[in-house]
Amino acid sequence: MRKYFFLPFFTLTSLTLSASHRSEQDNVVTMKRVLRVTIALFAVFVFVSAISMLVGPGGISILPLLKSLFTGWSEATFSLPSTEKTILFSIRLPRIIFAGIVGACLSMAGVVFQGLLRNPLADPYILGISGGSAVGAIIAIITGISLLPLGIPGIAFSGALLTIILVFGIAGTKKEIHSTTLLLAGVIVNAFFSAAILFLISIASERNLHSAMFWLMGDLSLAEWSDIALTGLFLIIGFITMYIYSRDLNLIVTGEETAMQLGVNVELTKKVLLIAASIVTGVAVSVSGIIGFVGLIIPHMMRMLSGSDHRLLLPSSALFGGSFLIVADTIARTITAPAELPVGVITALCGAPYFIYLLRRKAA
Amino acid sequence: MPIITLEHISFKYEEKWVLKNISFEVNKGEFIGIIGPNGSGKTTLLKVIDGVLIPQEGDVQIDGISCNKLKRERLAKMIAVVPQESMMIFPFTVQEIVLMGRAPHLGKWRFEGETDFRIARQAMEMTDTLSLMNRSMNALSGGERQRVLIARALAQQPQIMLLDEPTAFLDIKHEIDFFDMIQLLNKNQDLTVMAVTHDINLASLYCDRIILLRKGNIHCMGSPDEVINESHIKEVYETNVAVDKNPATGKPRVTPLSSHPSDGGSRLKSGAAPQL
Repeated sequence: MRKYFFLPFFTLTSLTLSASHRSEQDNVVTMKRVLRVTIALFAVFVFVSAISMLVGPGGISILPLLKSLFTGWSEATFSLPSTEKTILFSIRLPRIIFAGIVGACLSMAGVVFQGLLRNPLADPYILGISGGSAVGAIIAIITGISLLPLGIPGIAFSGALLTIILVFGIAGTKKEIHSTTLLLAGVIVNAFFSAAILFLISIASERNLHSAMFWLMGDLSLAEWSDIALTGLFLIIGFITMYIYSRDLNLIVTGEETAMQLGVNVELTKKVLLIAASIVTGVAVSVSGIIGFVGLIIPHMMRMLSGSDHRLLLPSSALFGGSFLIVADTIARTITAPAELPVGVITALCGAPYFIYLLRRKAA
Repeated sequence: MPIITLEHISFKYEEKWVLKNISFEVNKGEFIGIIGPNGSGKTTLLKVIDGVLIPQEGDVQIDGISCNKLKRERLAKMIAVVPQESMMIFPFTVQEIVLMGRAPHLGKWRFEGETDFRIARQAMEMTDTLSLMNRSMNALSGGERQRVLIARALAQQPQIMLLDEPTAFLDIKHEIDFFDMIQLLNKNQDLTVMAVTHDINLASLYCDRIILLRKGNIHCMGSPDEVINESHIKEVYETNVAVDKNPATGKPRVTPLSSHPSDGGSRLKSGAAPQL
C-alpha cells in the first residue's frame, strides 16, 4: 500500500507553490522567488525520489533503511542485505534518476515550444521529432541493431536529427523562420512518419512488435548509466541555454514585433531556442520512447500555479516534470507487478484529471 | 541636429511599394502627427523608423546613426512604440508587462531592481493603471489594455515615442488625458513624439507639424494650419469636408460632410455643422 504515499505529492506541490505565490506582495518574479520556488520544488523532487526508492515488488522494509539512513550513509548501504542493495542502487535508483531527467527534458522543451510558437497546444512532439525518432527506433528493433550497445537510442536520435533538419528546411527562408509555417511543416512531417510507423509495425514479427509497441508508449526500464549520463549532460546544456534566453522568451510571447521593439534579437533567439528544445526532445525521446502528455501538461500546470514568466517557469517546469514522471513511472512499474505498464499510459491517466482540476479551479 | 532623419525611403511588401521615396527630418522635442487614409503607409512608416521593417531603398538615421548599424537593444533604449493592439496568448500580469519596458535597460542576466520597480510604478500611476497591477492582461478591457501598453512604453524611458493609433480603444476622457500627458512629457522632458492617428482634429490640436500621407507619398508636411485645409483633405481622403477654425483653440477643425447632397448641403447652409 506504499503506492498511496504519492497521494500527498500533488497536494504538497500545489501548496508549496501557491504559498510562495501569495507571500509575494507584488506577484513579480524576482531572483529570491525563483530560488525559493526552485528549492521548494527540489525538496519535492527529493521526497518523491526517496518514496519511489522504497516502493516496488522487491519488498524492502522501510524501517531498517530509515534507521540506517540516520546512522550514516556508508554504514547503511553496508548493513543492507546484498539483494536489497542491488534492487535499490542498481535497479531502482538509476531508473528514478532517468525518469527525473527525461521528465525535466520534456517539460522544459514543452515550455519553450509553447512560448515560441505562441500556441498553448504545442508540445515537444509538435515538430515531428518524436515521429522521426520512432521510425529510427523501430527500424533498429526490426533489423536487430537494437542488440548493439546504444543501438536504439543511436538510430532514434539520428532519426530525430534528420527530422529537425527536414522541418527547419521546409519552414525556414533565408533570414527568418515563420512560426505558422514551422507548425504546419511539423504537422505534415508527423503525419508522414505516422504512416511509416504503421507500415513498419505491420511488417514486424510478433516478438519485435511487442518491443516496438512498448517503445512507442514510452519505456523507462532500459535505463543504463551511460544513457543517464548522456541525457543528463544534454539536460544541463539545454537548460542553461534556455535559461539565458528566458527573459527574451517572455518578450517574444507578447509578440515578435514587440520583442524587437524592446531590444530582442528575435530571429537569433528563436533559432537558438528552437534548436535547443528540439535537441533536448530528440535526446529524451531516443532514450525513453514517446512519453506523451508530460511536455504538454506540466508547462500549463506551472503557468497556472506560478505565472507566465519563463525565468520561473523553466526551472519549476523542469523540476516538477521530473517529479511527475518519477511518480508516473513508479506507478507504472508497481500497479500491475510483476508485469509493467508503459509509463505513457500513466502520465495521461493521472495528468488529465489533475489538469481538469486546475482548469476548474482557475475558472472558479 | 535632427533626431530622426529619413533619406529617400522606399519600402515594399512582396511586389507592392507602400512607401515611395520618403524624406523628412524630425527635430528633438517635436510632436509630429502622421495622418492619411487607410493603406496610405502610416503604420509602415512607423515600423521603418523603429527598424522592425528594413526599407529596400534609402536610409533611416536615429540621432545621426544609421538605423541598421544600431543594435536592437540600443535602439530600444531610444525608441518606444505603443502598438495598435497586442494579443496575449499566455496571461502575464499588468505589472509584468509594464516591467518588460525595462528590458532594454537591463542586461540579459539582471533581474529588475528597485529602480525598475519605481519607474514601472510611476508609469502605471501616470496611465491610471496602478489599481490593475496584479490583474491578468487577458482580464482587461481594450481600453485598459491600451493604457498598460502605454505604461510599458513610458517605463522604457525613451527619447522618441512612436504611437500607432494609441487612443483607438480609449474613451474621450482617457484619450485627452493621454495626449495631455504625452504633450507634458514632450514639453518638459523634450520627448520626441510621432503619432499615427485617424483623428485629424486631435492631430491639429496637439501636433507641431503634421505629415499627410497619400498612397505612400508625403502629400504635404507642415504646421496644422498649412496642412489641414479643405483642398488637401478633399484631395487625399476623397471625401467632402468643411474646415474652419475651432473657436476654443484657434486650430483648424475638420468637419466631415455627408456626400449625399440634400443632407450635407443643407447642414452646411444652415451653419449647423456637427462637431466631432
